[in-house]
Amino acid sequence: MDGIENVLSRFSDAGPDSLIPILQDVQEDQGFLSPDSLAQIGEHLGISTSAVYGVATFYNQFRFHPLGKYPITICRGTACHVKGSSTILEALKTELEIEPGQTTEDGLFSIEIVACIGACGLAPVILIGDETYAAMTPSKARKLINKYRKRAKS
Amino acid sequence: MSDISTINLFDSDVSAEEANRRMALLKRESLDKPVLLVGAGTCGLGAGANATIRAAKEYLETNKIDADIVRVGCIGLCVIEPLLDVQLPGKSRLSLKQVTEDKVASLLEPVLAGKLPEEQDHIFGQFRPTGDQSAWEGAPYLDELPFFKTQTRFVLANCGVIDPTSIEEYIAHGGYQAAAKALAMSREDLCEEVEKSGLRGRGGGGFPAGVKWKLANKTQSDQKYLVCNADEGDPGAYMDRAVIEGDPHRLLEGMIIASHAIGADKAYIYIRAEYPLAIERLVIAIDECKKRNLLGDNILGSDFSLKIVIKKGAGAFVCGEETALLHSIEGKRGEPRPRPPFPAQSGAFGKPTIINNVETLANLPSIIERGAGWFASVGTETSKGTKVFALSGKIRLTGLVEVAMGTSLRQIIFDIGGGIPNDRKIKGVQIGGPSGGCVPEEKLDIEIDYESLKTVGAMMGSGGMVVMDEDNCMVDVAKFFMDFIQRESCGKCVPCRIGTKRMLQILEKICAGEYKAADLDMVMGKLEKQAKVTGVASLCALGQTAPNPVLSTLRWFKHEYIEHIGEGKCRSKVCRSLLTFEIDPETCTGCGLCKKKCPSDAITGEKKKAHTINAGLCIHCGFCLDTCAFDAVKAF
Repeated sequence: MDGIENVLSRFSDAGPDSLIPILQDVQEDQGFLSPDSLAQIGEHLGISTSAVYGVATFYNQFRFHPLGKYPITICRGTACHVKGSSTILEALKTELEIEPGQTTEDGLFSIEIVACIGACGLAPVILIGDETYAAMTPSKARKLINKYRKRAKS
Repeated sequence: MSDISTINLFDSDVSAEEANRRMALLKRESLDKPVLLVGAGTCGLGAGANATIRAAKEYLETNKIDADIVRVGCIGLCVIEPLLDVQLPGKSRLSLKQVTEDKVASLLEPVLAGKLPEEQDHIFGQFRPTGDQSAWEGAPYLDELPFFKTQTRFVLANCGVIDPTSIEEYIAHGGYQAAAKALAMSREDLCEEVEKSGLRGRGGGGFPAGVKWKLANKTQSDQKYLVCNADEGDPGAYMDRAVIEGDPHRLLEGMIIASHAIGADKAYIYIRAEYPLAIERLVIAIDECKKRNLLGDNILGSDFSLKIVIKKGAGAFVCGEETALLHSIEGKRGEPRPRPPFPAQSGAFGKPTIINNVETLANLPSIIERGAGWFASVGTETSKGTKVFALSGKIRLTGLVEVAMGTSLRQIIFDIGGGIPNDRKIKGVQIGGPSGGCVPEEKLDIEIDYESLKTVGAMMGSGGMVVMDEDNCMVDVAKFFMDFIQRESCGKCVPCRIGTKRMLQILEKICAGEYKAADLDMVMGKLEKQAKVTGVASLCALGQTAPNPVLSTLRWFKHEYIEHIGEGKCRSKVCRSLLTFEIDPETCTGCGLCKKKCPSDAITGEKKKAHTINAGLCIHCGFCLDTCAFDAVKAF
């Protein structure tokens, strides 16, 4: 049984109110939501693919392309903003040559913006994978990227 | 009403003496071995608490010391984490700050031997001794520290103190007694008691909780729901997360009380998926409750049953709005709908539903236990009890504080928060997130309550409090919030969808210096009109409050708008398009880094000689300013 069927089997007699939990579990399993999985989810719940897509695109959590090997999440909450997170985002964008929501060609990095991680005391904050990096500056961010590039090579 | 069984922590065959001994252990009044307690909320983990715990384990193993390590929530002072508390048998609990992994061994060695460490910088303070404990000589009491002294901690009382994964500890600290008391009361009496207490919604609106409950109680239906709104989407607010991570049982107890009051046998917790640790703690807490018959069928032998389901939000700010949240629970797009009917009459799946915020629910156990009169004695005429605020931004002690309503903003920022770092001057404070407003320095003496904040153009909101200093540009702040709001506008109603976008475009043009001095009146007029129309004509609270950051900055910081448009100047040096960059030949080392980074080749200069910027080629990106390691790039 492939991943998505495995997830759907956990929701065997679920109704349309389980759509969001299913989307969350499928994304966790596959990394993103492909057109095929959206269609399969719709079929499972007896709702149209367009309705599934409508719900999925409404919420920020859902992605429709794979993340980078080292997904970068940058907090753009208020506390981070007043401590300069926009300059860090700029630095990441120029260093990686991608926009938020995109993945680098080599598949190493992706940038996602999150409204607030809730770690305002450590602002400005970025996450690479599950690792939190506090009190960032543009130059620290660039150094960090290089560290991860080296890690990928070794 | 059937008899409510009392909550017994221990089996009936445990002797009274043994029960007392175990109780003292659970309350940590009397220990049989040392305990290390590490602040391991999201903030603590971000500061490296996991590495601290690993190092502490290693130290204990190497030195063959038998001691427990307990992960606790956040005590509220995020800036001094990782926090490591040590409690030795017969001694009060000592709290050490900024204990990164490399400091663990050198701090634990003296402390485990009963001596204060020589590194004074790491001593945070001690708890008051209880039971058979003696105090540490030379360590301040936590409740005497300025940070805690002016606080009144009801909701946060257990946060950072008890083990959030242990229901026994919560019960030992008096937990679930209020739930048992509430179950013995009639629904009407319960609603009446909460109305009398004056508790108002802590999520932002400030609607009296008891009044809302009565409405749901009156509606006849075969099924009713309680929804706990833990979709803490306000950037700059994290109190709900901290309460759930640090004291999840307080929320669950509040939910039992509220569900009983409205007659709901099913409750949802709608929580942000971005809070994995809080979700984990809730799952454990719900499980523990089920084992002890505090959730499930016939709770504590009463005829009341309750099932709690966790629903993970999927990241949509608008879902903080009641009707949008309900659509999301139903698996639909989180778009709001017109009210009436109010959710209390027709909510989730068309059934009467009460939606309460985390902090509102977490207040209930104390209200029921100590009575409405006690709660109503704290606070101001119209706003009772306390409020938790998340202090962040340009402030020394970032963290969570809980104060009695009526405390002034100045007290919170300067007495508790320690004021502004780096000798900078405070400019204002943003309260209530994107729906709130900026309060200027001259209004900091107002006493906080729901009404007083409205008079200065702000609102209580959920309790985010972001402090700004003179390096923050208020036009930029308004732009920041508008950028957020227009992205989060669900698009259902035109005034919000188009209005927020238009306001953002105007603010972007102001910050980019695209207006001329002659445009001043036209721009200001347009912006204000757009703000008012959006506020009046939008469908839900998101759009109705969306103009607040613009209106409040226009009201208190109009001069900054005038400077931007009229003089092409940004006094805080934030709006880079309005700045001129120059390199100071005295400080420049000629390292060439700025030249390398400049995207428009505007910087020239030979290696090891002072560089210059060609103003004609400069695109004002500011990369040179960010890159220079010698502060040689100046902005005017």
